[in-house]
Amino acid sequence: MLRSQSPRVVAGRAVLVAGMLMLAVAPWVFGLGTISVLTEFLTMLVLALMWNLLAGYADVVTVGQHAFVGIGAYAFYGFAALAQIRPPAAILLAGLVALALALPAMAIVFRLRAMYLAIGTWVVAELFMLVAGKLSAFGGGSGVSLPLPVLRALGARPAERFIVVYWLALVLAATAFFSTWLLLRSRVGIGLMAMRDNEEGAGAVGVDLVRARMLCFLWTAPFLGLAGAIATLQKLRISPAASFSIIDYTVFVIFNVVIGGVGSLEGPVLGTILFFVLREYLSDFGTWHLMLLGALSIAVILIEPRGLWGLIRRRLARDLVPVSHHGSRL
Amino acid sequence: MEPLLSVHGLSVSYGRFQALHEISLAVGRGEVVAIIGANGAGKSSLLNAIMGQAGRVSGAIRFAGRDIAALPTPAIVAAGIALVPEGRRLFPSLTVEENLAIGWDLGRRGGLRVAEIYAMFPVLLARRHQRAGQLSGGEQQMAALGRALLADPRLLLCDELSLGLAPRIVDRIYALMPEIRRRGITVVLVEQDISRSLAVCDRFYCLLEGRVVLSGRPAETDRDSIMQHYFGA
Amino acid sequence: MAAAIADQAIQGVLLGGLYCMFALGLSLTVGVLRFVNIAHGDLIVLLSFLTLAVCTGLGIHPLLSLVLVVPLSCALFYALQRLLLQRVTGQNPLLVLLITFGIAIIIQNGLLQGFGADTRKLPGGALETATWQVAPGLYVGILPLLTLLTAIVMVWLLDLLLYRSRLGARIRAASDDVAAANLIGLPTPRIFAAAMAVVGATAAVAACFMGLQMNFDPASGPSRLLIAFEAVVLGGLGSLWGTLAGGIVLGVAQSIGGEFDAAWQAIAGHAAFLLIFLLRPQGFFPKY
Repeated sequence: MLRSQSPRVVAGRAVLVAGMLMLAVAPWVFGLGTISVLTEFLTMLVLALMWNLLAGYADVVTVGQHAFVGIGAYAFYGFAALAQIRPPAAILLAGLVALALALPAMAIVFRLRAMYLAIGTWVVAELFMLVAGKLSAFGGGSGVSLPLPVLRALGARPAERFIVVYWLALVLAATAFFSTWLLLRSRVGIGLMAMRDNEEGAGAVGVDLVRARMLCFLWTAPFLGLAGAIATLQKLRISPAASFSIIDYTVFVIFNVVIGGVGSLEGPVLGTILFFVLREYLSDFGTWHLMLLGALSIAVILIEPRGLWGLIRRRLARDLVPVSHHGSRL
Repeated sequence: MEPLLSVHGLSVSYGRFQALHEISLAVGRGEVVAIIGANGAGKSSLLNAIMGQAGRVSGAIRFAGRDIAALPTPAIVAAGIALVPEGRRLFPSLTVEENLAIGWDLGRRGGLRVAEIYAMFPVLLARRHQRAGQLSGGEQQMAALGRALLADPRLLLCDELSLGLAPRIVDRIYALMPEIRRRGITVVLVEQDISRSLAVCDRFYCLLEGRVVLSGRPAETDRDSIMQHYFGA
Repeated sequence: MAAAIADQAIQGVLLGGLYCMFALGLSLTVGVLRFVNIAHGDLIVLLSFLTLAVCTGLGIHPLLSLVLVVPLSCALFYALQRLLLQRVTGQNPLLVLLITFGIAIIIQNGLLQGFGADTRKLPGGALETATWQVAPGLYVGILPLLTLLTAIVMVWLLDLLLYRSRLGARIRAASDDVAAANLIGLPTPRIFAAAMAVVGATAAVAACFMGLQMNFDPASGPSRLLIAFEAVVLGGLGSLWGTLAGGIVLGVAQSIGGEFDAAWQAIAGHAAFLLIFLLRPQGFFPKY
């Protein structure tokens, strides 16, 4: 293989590294408004990476991803506000609860094949949301605000809390990105990609594909739960409708990944950035915003199922974030 | 007189793989023509291209005086070409009778009737209300041949009739060739079983790696020469 | 107490007729076209709004408006399959799923834009309140009863269409083996589009009866989809009579849960689905 890299790939990687550096110094550079948007961006990025891991690699299309975000939010409230555990520990525990509840959910939905599984995850999410609305300690159907002591534990003043929540989101997003990258480069990831590319060698890689898909499903749950806890710290309250919001945590995420590009690590990043750019200009147009995203995602599927990144990728020699050894195939 | 089917400069490719390289051949009215060749020689690609179901196709395919290369498959079938696909390909959840009815439905609606197919293959009559998926391989082949004949074809394409069947069954199916000829149906047989197809055909074409390497009449061609071209030695 | 439960069970069976109607189209889509249409519920809601517009525009009864709405719906579903979904069939089935997901969101927000978020109901007139005294103290609404009977007739007609007609044989053939169907000359894109038009007809009838019995708004689609999906899976993928049974089971479960409140009604339906699915994942009458 040639060691020299094409200038386009070098430039692309430079942009990627610059973006990461920018995120690392953001609290010293930007105002609180921007920090808040960036926090939201990082949370959405985690959700996009997780949906992409399932849909793009594990062949599991879920429409019920918001279940684990909501579970994370409620578990965080339970630990931090009701059990009065310190917020950092409560966040981690929320991730664990999401993982624990992912086990029974998986036992159910994995009995359904491919497409049916998608709706199966949705039914499970709906049930979790309905049950959450029945928990009177958690404010029942209308929800409840985070008590002030929980917030004070993060920082004395709102400005400090913004920064702390930002750092939490950044650590979560970075962990999600790099650990998922490592997972995809492991034997499990290689086996899944061989399956995805319909290669006969899929079995020969020696990876149990059913277990690999299950691993991916379980992998996403704690990240989604952690993202739910962090989103709660931003929104400052939980409620069934908002914490289990299918629009915020599943619909937007699917659109972002589909438009950005399913089945690559660059796609979700690109899609989530594009989402926030579009939102700046279109959020005033509510319904039109969603219709446009829907139409855009349909157009992308018809033109290039690998999304915008798939279009860009045609002009590059290789991926910016190489996940497989097939990277130089085209 | 123009042959019933003529193929001129036909190339077929699937992605980067080219299955046929500018092959030309002709089939006259009433003939039985065998296409022989090893696995992967391009025999099925040829039949699929005639049926309008191959990948990228270039070249001319003329049938009964018109160019059919760009026609959709339903129009090709309506023009009078029917295929017995490799591996039978009956619709497993449909009954035998429903499978046969689909053949009639798609074709020219003349010629043979279902009752005549049952007369040719009495075993199908007994099983006509069973699902095709429950038939034995031989019965499925009979039903698949019946389905194609019911379309009232002028040209019948048979892809690997003998594949996976016991010799006794194959004998019974091939025993119908004279009857099919008598009805004025022209036949193109694709077979890996060389001796079987050479025994019934008037002429043959031998394909190797997507090209015609030999053609002629079985009686006038030396067997060793056929075997050499078949294996490309 | 026993009488109250029996009453709820009867109401549940009747409700099951409505759920069966939601689900029939999805059952066909899943069993024959082999994909899950995420926009199924939203298309039904769209048709309810269309029915409402026709009724108020022409001043006719919703049931009469079916004469107009059913053909329109058939055309809509035919075009949807032929122009959009057909372009990705045969590729990764998940692409179809994602396209219908996009359609679902477009319909929801298009309706919100066009009609606002208000809940609506179709004007059923005297039919809405008419009841029939089955036994002393036990009343059954004429409309729910009519719904169940219509659902049964629909299942029967669809069964005839699929298993006794030329189109039905073609649809099942194309569904069995698309490649073979293409090879012997079946026009599969047109056949799939025709099957989808049949789905459209069932969806239009379901939309009418739903609008007469329940409130609907632009966001009602997803819950309809989930109920339809549950009925289809419970019945056994691809089994039409099974779908009727699945719808009735869900209706009864919801009806009994509804004794407490609206949230328990929904919870009972989903919980019953998950429980039965765990015990019998192949459904009541598995086809495949």
